[in-house]
Amino acid sequence: MLDKELRSMIGDVKGGRMDRRAFIQHLAAVGLTAPLANQILALGGVAMAEGASTYKPTKRGGGGALKLLWWQGPTLLNPHFATGTKDQDGARLFYEPLACWDPDGNMKLVLAAEIPSIQNGGLAADGKSVTWKLKPGVKWHDGTPFTADDVVFNWEYAKDPATSALTIATLRDITVEKVDDLTVRIVFNKPTPFWADAFVGAPNTIIPKHLFKDYMGSKSREAPTNLSPVGTGPYKFVEFKPGDLVRGVINPDYHMANRPYFDSIEMKGGGDAVSAARAVIQTGEYDFGWNIQVEDDVLLRLEKGGKGKTVYAVGGDTEFIALNFTDPNTEVDGERSSMKTKHPLFSDPAVRKALSLLIDRESVKKAIYGRAGRTSANFLNGPEKFVSKNTSWEFSVEKATKILDDAGWKPGADGIREKDGKKLKLVYQTSINGPRQKTQAIVKQACQKAGIDVELKSVVASVFFSSDVGNPDTYSKFYADMEMFQIPLSQPDPSQHMRRYLSNLVATKENKWQGTNFPRWVNKEYDATIQAADGEMDPVKRAALYIKANDLMYEDTVFIPVQHRLKVEAAATNLRPVVSGWANETDNLFDWYREE
Amino acid sequence: MSQYVLRRLLIAIPSLLGISLVLFIVLALAPGDPFSELATNPNVPPEVALALRAKFGLDDPIYLRYLHWLNAMLHGDWGFSFVSRMNVDTLILQRLPTTLYVIGSAQILALLIAIPVGVYAATKPYSLFDQVANTLAFVGFSLPTFFTGILFILIFSVTLDWLPFVYTTDIKGTGIHWVLEMIRQAIMPVAVLGLFQAASMTRFVRSAMLDVIRLDYVTTARAKGIGQRRVIIKHVMRNAMIPVVTLIALQIPAVFGGAIVTEQIFRIPGIGSLLISSILSNDTPVVMAVTFVFACLVVLFNLIADVLYGWLDPRISLR
Repeated sequence: MLDKELRSMIGDVKGGRMDRRAFIQHLAAVGLTAPLANQILALGGVAMAEGASTYKPTKRGGGGALKLLWWQGPTLLNPHFATGTKDQDGARLFYEPLACWDPDGNMKLVLAAEIPSIQNGGLAADGKSVTWKLKPGVKWHDGTPFTADDVVFNWEYAKDPATSALTIATLRDITVEKVDDLTVRIVFNKPTPFWADAFVGAPNTIIPKHLFKDYMGSKSREAPTNLSPVGTGPYKFVEFKPGDLVRGVINPDYHMANRPYFDSIEMKGGGDAVSAARAVIQTGEYDFGWNIQVEDDVLLRLEKGGKGKTVYAVGGDTEFIALNFTDPNTEVDGERSSMKTKHPLFSDPAVRKALSLLIDRESVKKAIYGRAGRTSANFLNGPEKFVSKNTSWEFSVEKATKILDDAGWKPGADGIREKDGKKLKLVYQTSINGPRQKTQAIVKQACQKAGIDVELKSVVASVFFSSDVGNPDTYSKFYADMEMFQIPLSQPDPSQHMRRYLSNLVATKENKWQGTNFPRWVNKEYDATIQAADGEMDPVKRAALYIKANDLMYEDTVFIPVQHRLKVEAAATNLRPVVSGWANETDNLFDWYREE
Repeated sequence: MSQYVLRRLLIAIPSLLGISLVLFIVLALAPGDPFSELATNPNVPPEVALALRAKFGLDDPIYLRYLHWLNAMLHGDWGFSFVSRMNVDTLILQRLPTTLYVIGSAQILALLIAIPVGVYAATKPYSLFDQVANTLAFVGFSLPTFFTGILFILIFSVTLDWLPFVYTTDIKGTGIHWVLEMIRQAIMPVAVLGLFQAASMTRFVRSAMLDVIRLDYVTTARAKGIGQRRVIIKHVMRNAMIPVVTLIALQIPAVFGGAIVTEQIFRIPGIGSLLISSILSNDTPVVMAVTFVFACLVVLFNLIADVLYGWLDPRISLR
C-alpha cells in the first residue's frame, strides 16, 4: 500500500502537482520522514533537494574569531590519512568535498554545481554511474583553479595501496573519469543505490593535485602539504600543532556568497569532555565543544546560568549489546568463540529473549544518557526511512522469569538458574567509558533478579577496538558471552552498516579476526535480504529490505539495542552552529554564524 | 674535571642502552595498536587497518623492531609517529618550549618559596612561623596536583572568573599585552606545580639548615662576633645547600613526570600531554622517544648534581 502511495506521490511531485515540502510532510505522516526522503525522490526520477540554508549574515567576514574546543585534537590534516573523526574534522576546515549532509540528511552542494539526478543526466538509471558537475571558478587557496583533474587525482592517490590512505576502502572499487574540465564521472562495478559516498562528506574531501602529485605511493608521507593544507574551504591554513592546535583565517575568495562569517578560526585540542563542557557552557572561554559525552545531570547543572547550551543532532548511532552465538569458553584449533561450537546458553532462544526483557532501556536513558538518548527496539535506527515499525521492547523481570521457567531453566541452590548442569552465568564485556560501566551495572542488577549471574568486564578502548591479533580482549575476538559498544552510522545510508553481518564475514582465526560479523550469527535469510538490497535500485523496495534485515536480527535477538544515541555538542548561547547527525561536526561549518 | 665528565658520559651509554631496551620491550608487549579507532568505522574494512600495521612494521618480531629503532636513533632519526605521520623529533621540539617554560617557572617559584621559608624556619625552630610553615608544607605535599589543579580551576576560573583554564600557545596581541597574557594563563599551572615542589623542598631546606646550624664552627663564627645574617648566609647556607642541590637536580625528572598530569588538566601542549595522548593512541614511536628523553634527563641531572657537588664543596674531588 505504502509502495503504491509513494509512487503516485512521486509522480505528483514530478508533474508539479505536489510540491516537495508537501511530499516530505506526507512521508512524515506515514513514518518515513527526513534523511532519505529526498533520495527516494532522486531515484524516483525527481532531483534530490538541496538542503535549505538557515544562514542569515549578508556579508562575508566581520564575525571575529571562532574558538572550537576538540578534547581530542586532530593529529594530522591530510583527509586520506585520517584515522578518526577528529582528523577529518580538522582537515575539513580547509579541504572540501563535492557535497555534504545537512542536519536533515539532505545533500548540500559544496564543490559540485548541481546534485546528480536522473533528469539532469547525472545519475544512470541502472545505478552504475554518477556524473558530477563541478562549480566553475573555484580556486585553491594558492590561486590555482580547481578542476576535474583534482578529483581524478584523489582517486588515483588513494587507491594506490603504497600511499596507505584510509580512504582506499571507498575509492578502490570505483573508477573516476574526467569528462571535461568541470565534469567527472564515477563508474561503479555494480548497481549502487547509494551513490553519494565517494567525494561526499568530511571523510572524503579533495586535496589539490598540483601539490600532491609528486608525493604519491610510498612517498606520500614526505609531502610538506600533509601538515600545511592548501584547500578550497572557507578558511585558509595558518598553523598546525598536532594534537594541540589548528588555526585558520578567512578565505576572502571563498566560492560561497557571504560566507564565511568568522574572520579566523581556532581548533584547540586536549583535555577531557567534562572540562571541555565547562569551558564552553560555564565559563564561555570557547564557542563550541565537540562530542560532549558527559552525563546529562552534569550538563544540566552547567547549563544553569551558564554562557552556553548543549546542542543535539540525531543520527543513527545505536549503543547495543551483542550476543555471542559461539562458545567463548571452549577452544577449538587454538581459537575460542570458534564457528565449530555453539553457545551453551544462548543456543536456547528463550535465554536470548529473556535477556532482552531484562535490559531496562528507560532507566538507562533516565540515569545515563538523558537528552542524548532515545530508547529503541531496533538495531537500525536511521535514516528514518529504514527504521522498522514492526518491533517493540519492554522491560519486565516477571516475563523474563516466566520465559526462563517455561524453558526449563530452574533456580539452583545459589539462586542461579540452571538446566542440564549448565548454569546461567554470563560474562558481559565493554570498553572502559563511564556511561558503559553504569549501563553494565543496571543490566547486572536486573539479571540478578531473574536468576542470571552476570560477570562484568571492561577493557581499555585502545585494546578493545584494536586489530591486534595477539590480544584476547578485542571486540572482534569476542571471548565473552555478551559485549556492548556502538558502531557509528557515518552516512545517511545503512548499506555498509548492515553488510557487516553477512554469514561469510564471521570473524575467525582464519581471517585473523578481521571478519566484521563479530556476533558470529549465521542466517541465510538475512544474507539473501542484504544481497538483494545491495543491488536494489528501487528506493522503496530497498528500504523494505533493510527493515526486513533489521527485523530478522530482532527475531533472533542478535543485538539488544540499549540506546539510540544522539550527538551532543556544547555551543555558546549566541552561536548558531549547524551540526548534522549524518556528518562530521565541521562539515557544515560554512553555514555557522553568531547571532548579534 | 673534564676528564671526569667525559668518563661519566661514557658510563651513561650502556645504562641508556639498557633503559631503551627495557622501554622498547615493555612498549612492544603492551596491548593495543594505533589503529583501534578504525575498527568501528564502517567505511574502513579491517584489511586496510591490517595492511597499515604491516606497513608500519608492527607485525615484525620485537628484536628486529628494536634493532631498526636503535639503528635509526644512532643516525639521529627519532622515528615517525603512526598517528600524526610526522617525525617524532619535530613533534617533541614543537612542544618542548612550553614544557620548559611551565616547569622552569614552577621550579623557580618553588625555590623562591622554599629557600627563604626553610632558612627562616630553621633559624627559629619551633616558633610560630616554623609551625605554620611546617603545617602548610605537610598539606602541600599530601595534596596531589590533579586535585589542587581542579580546585584552582573551580575557584579561580569558574567561581571568580579571573583566570583562563585552557592554555593557548598562540595568544593574540603583541608586546606587553602578550607577555601579560602569557603570565596570566600560566599562573594556575605554575602555582599548582610550584607549590607542590615548594612544600617538600621547604622541609628539606629546613632540616639541612638545622643539621648545620648546630655545628661547632657556627658557634665559633658567632663567637667571633659575626652578625646573624652573615653567619646564616655565608657560613650555614653554603654547607646546607649541598644536599639541597642534589635533591633539586635529582627531582627535575620527577617534576617532568608531575607536569604530565598538570599539562593534561590545563590543556598545556607540552611533552607530558603528548606522552599521554600517545599512550592512549598506542603511538609507540612517540611514547618511546618521550620516555627516552626522560631517561636521558635523569642521567644528565645526576651528572649535573655530581659536578655541582665539587663546586660547592672543594673537599669532594672528582676523579
